Amino acid sequence: MTELPQAILASSEGHLVSEAKAGNYSAFEELVNRYEKKIYRLGMNITGNREDAEDVLQDAFLKAFEHLPDFREDSRFYTWIVRIAVNEALMKLRKRRNSRELPMEDSEDDNGEVVVREFADWKPNPEQQYAQAELERILQQGVNSLPPGFRTVFYLRDVEGLSTEETAELLELSVGAVKARLFRARLRLREELSKIFKRG
Amino acid sequence: MNCNKAIKEISGYLDGDLDEALKHTLEAHLTYCNHCHAVYDSTRKTIDLYCDGKLFSLPEDVHTRLHEALKRKMQEHA
Ligand SMILES: [Zn+2]
Repeated sequence: MTELPQAILASSEGHLVSEAKAGNYSAFEELVNRYEKKIYRLGMNITGNREDAEDVLQDAFLKAFEHLPDFREDSRFYTWIVRIAVNEALMKLRKRRNSRELPMEDSEDDNGEVVVREFADWKPNPEQQYAQAELERILQQGVNSLPPGFRTVFYLRDVEGLSTEETAELLELSVGAVKARLFRARLRLREELSKIFKRG
Repeated sequence: MNCNKAIKEISGYLDGDLDEALKHTLEAHLTYCNHCHAVYDSTRKTIDLYCDGKLFSLPEDVHTRLHEALKRKMQEHA
């Protein structure tokens, strides 16, 4: 990896964006360095596999680079790149969907009941009882069991820590719809993980 | 408050979204209902497991290919 100048490494996001728009490619590279981990995790969470996650990562940053002249500096670069990446990830899923993929949304979207079958307590500290790779596999399987519309909300709210309002704006959903999907996503994931982590 | 209603409110409770009265009713239910308490506790743990930043870390080769692709793109534009 090439070394970036110290002044760039210490710059604020806003300054980097201005520099990048003015044609300073090192500044854009630093923006990529700052957010590539998050965007890869976004891809893994929404698409559910490494190949697609890598495509999402590359396509999102290449498109951002191309469309940088259109980027309005009164909004955050981070929000912009997340929006681009979410779109890329959902497009990937739609392409795969024709076959035997999960539907984008649940039929029970806004007023269905969530059925809870697992009521057992969990063994303490599941994260310490499994090797990292095994734990990742279990958690990935959990995410894959959710419809994509739910994964996306869960990822933005609980993994990335965006607020309900930010998530709603990004996905063009109502605040109520975000809350309803988050509730279902959390309970369904919990149900999946309980099969593995429950006591006894 | 019955168990169905309690389970519906757990997500909002975790986000601090419930008004005081509902929060107290739910907390009372969670105190004596083992089932709902287990659901509450494992939902909290589920969120904790996923928000741990160590998951799905960026593989070194993926990072390298991204930066190579970016360099090519930048050269096209230069
Ligand atoms: Zn109960």
